[in-house]
Amino acid sequence: MSSTFIGMPSFPAAARQAVQDAQLRHNLRKATHTIRGKRGEVVGELDDWAELRDAGRAIKDRTLRHLDRYLEQLEEQATGAGATVHWAADAEEANAIVTRLVRATGEREVVKVKSMATQEIGLNEALAQAGITAYETDLAELIVQLSDDFPSHILVPAIHRNRAEIREIFARRMAEWGVPAPDGLGDDPRELAEAARVHLREKFLTAKVAVSGANFAVAETGSLVVLESEGNGRMCLTLPETLISVVGIEKLVPTWADLEVFMQLLPRSSTGERMNPYSSVWTGATPGDGPQDVHLVLLDNGRTDTLADRVGRQALRCIRCSACLNICPVYERSGGHSYGSVYPGPIGAVLTPQLRGVQGSMEASLPYASSLCGACYEVCPVAIDIPEILVHLRERVASGPGHAAERAAMAAAETVLGDHRLLHMAQRAASAARGAVPRRLPGPGAGWTDTRDIPDIPPRPFRDWWREHEKERARGGGSGDAGGRTEHEGGDR
Amino acid sequence: MTGSREKVLARVRAALSDVPRGEAAEDVAVPRGYRRAHGQGPALDLLVDRLEDYRALVRRVPASGVGEAVAEALRRRGAVRVAAPADAPQEWFASCPAEVVRDAPLGGGPPLGVAELDAVDGVVTGCSVAVAETGTIVLDTGEHQGRRALTLVPDYHLCVVRARQVVDSVPEAVARLSPSLPQTWISGPSATSDIELQRVEGVHGPRTLEVLIAE
Ligand code: SF4
Repeated sequence: MSSTFIGMPSFPAAARQAVQDAQLRHNLRKATHTIRGKRGEVVGELDDWAELRDAGRAIKDRTLRHLDRYLEQLEEQATGAGATVHWAADAEEANAIVTRLVRATGEREVVKVKSMATQEIGLNEALAQAGITAYETDLAELIVQLSDDFPSHILVPAIHRNRAEIREIFARRMAEWGVPAPDGLGDDPRELAEAARVHLREKFLTAKVAVSGANFAVAETGSLVVLESEGNGRMCLTLPETLISVVGIEKLVPTWADLEVFMQLLPRSSTGERMNPYSSVWTGATPGDGPQDVHLVLLDNGRTDTLADRVGRQALRCIRCSACLNICPVYERSGGHSYGSVYPGPIGAVLTPQLRGVQGSMEASLPYASSLCGACYEVCPVAIDIPEILVHLRERVASGPGHAAERAAMAAAETVLGDHRLLHMAQRAASAARGAVPRRLPGPGAGWTDTRDIPDIPPRPFRDWWREHEKERARGGGSGDAGGRTEHEGGDR
Repeated sequence: MTGSREKVLARVRAALSDVPRGEAAEDVAVPRGYRRAHGQGPALDLLVDRLEDYRALVRRVPASGVGEAVAEALRRRGAVRVAAPADAPQEWFASCPAEVVRDAPLGGGPPLGVAELDAVDGVVTGCSVAVAETGTIVLDTGEHQGRRALTLVPDYHLCVVRARQVVDSVPEAVARLSPSLPQTWISGPSATSDIELQRVEGVHGPRTLEVLIAE
């Protein structure tokens, strides 16, 4: 199976399937709520979080507004430090560059540390075509790879799998890829992690070529930064002889000192830790330590189109923390696969249609995969106004050929309207956001609002009002029966 | 490849046609109202607390007692052979019960091979900077630290942190570090939560991190 998500059904179709999967919903809910709680705690520890977020936003804006300058500076610094810099206009070119570099080493295997950019461009498939096997080394990515699956979360890509499934996958597939799973493998996470350790260790200790991504690239110094937990990153980044890093052009930050902001914002927003267990920083090649043949592939692949859009540009600030996924009520129910790309959740809903255009039905439906509740904007450590971009993209979809907008909106509406809980949530969300509703509709709705205002959204959904009303009545000596029932209903909302 | 370089840069410039010609990068203001440190408590206490939160083993020892503490830790661990950087102080190993295998100095002689590192029971190193607020220890291949592989392949890492190497916060650490040196920031032992969000120490990298804070 290809992991490039080509030919995925549109969001509503995929989501409809996902919301019927009780196991998936349970896993997602548990994961998102757990991480969310941890995040809240460690963010609360810093009384200057708002200021850090302001700085993070501004640093990324500065970078994006002067990206040409910073790219040239990064190239110069990295080259000066002994790296070779390559430029890739699109996926095909990036894949060709990496394939050529691996071929030049004479190796047939590469180890990879989790990199969304290489997933985005379908690098593993391209390498396979050239007879090169790419081994994913992040535990979750390994699970996904061994089961011919797609990742479903930025941070915990195999969150849709439970321990019994993982045991089964390991027992069945590990032998094909290298060291087999031990006989009688149980499903305790500790045992499963140990099996992965043994399976991957052989790869790490023998691999000559590694492919990585990067969380940040520092223009001023030419340094790359990778944050991780397991140590597979350190293995890939230090033991092989050749290191090829594929880095999106939006990953830049101007100065070394800017890392002081992002090294606080990212781990706390992402895993809810004060700091992730391991971060690696390297600048070109270091004589006597680590890979001596170091490459940096700068990837465009639609990013400049996103950059050109003055509203959508801010999506390029994203540092892939996944906080917006963990807070999103739509993601929690639909799961990552529904978004049809490596970028799921709210950020995926704005990034994918921008990177790939809105011609496809999947892409056209994504701007509607949201209730516009605004929670994603609240938690975003670089203050990306995702709802604003969603509305902006809806306009673009709407002005496209045919009635793609209407179809997409109706399909999305069906998913929500078909489920009374989703509907209620959407209504609450609309109420909370009613101050932000424009007086005039954009796009095809404009004709209608030229002559009338959009009616006010009521301050709260009717159902909320009714429940309050019933409680009042109960307190006021009304029927205790009604009061009891609303109480019960409320408990499960 | 030059073609693509020009192509991407041209696209970037075209995409930024709304940015006024005269605007310099520095004209985009970056508000830096955040704190240099958060005053969460005395640095050494905080460091201990954060390290323990990551389930690292921590002990505070007088500067003169490092050798004894190293010996005790290795004895408790049952370590028979440990690796150490070429320049790790001899007094750390004065009463050491284990055989100490020294790596070659950076750029001088062949380093310990991966198989050798895989075979030792642990590694003892110093560090460059430690961040109290986050419990982070930064290694940068400088004094007493050796190559990156040294602290990666063995399953047990004993790290000696000197009080003067401890700073309060991430900004203070970034300011002390040199980007030209390769760095490993360590915040607790290798860990994964990929299976049903249950934390497991592993998968790769040392599963046990022990820290001696020398005051
Ligand atoms: S959009 Fe913001 S919250 Fe979402 S992943 Fe990116 S940085 Fe994190």
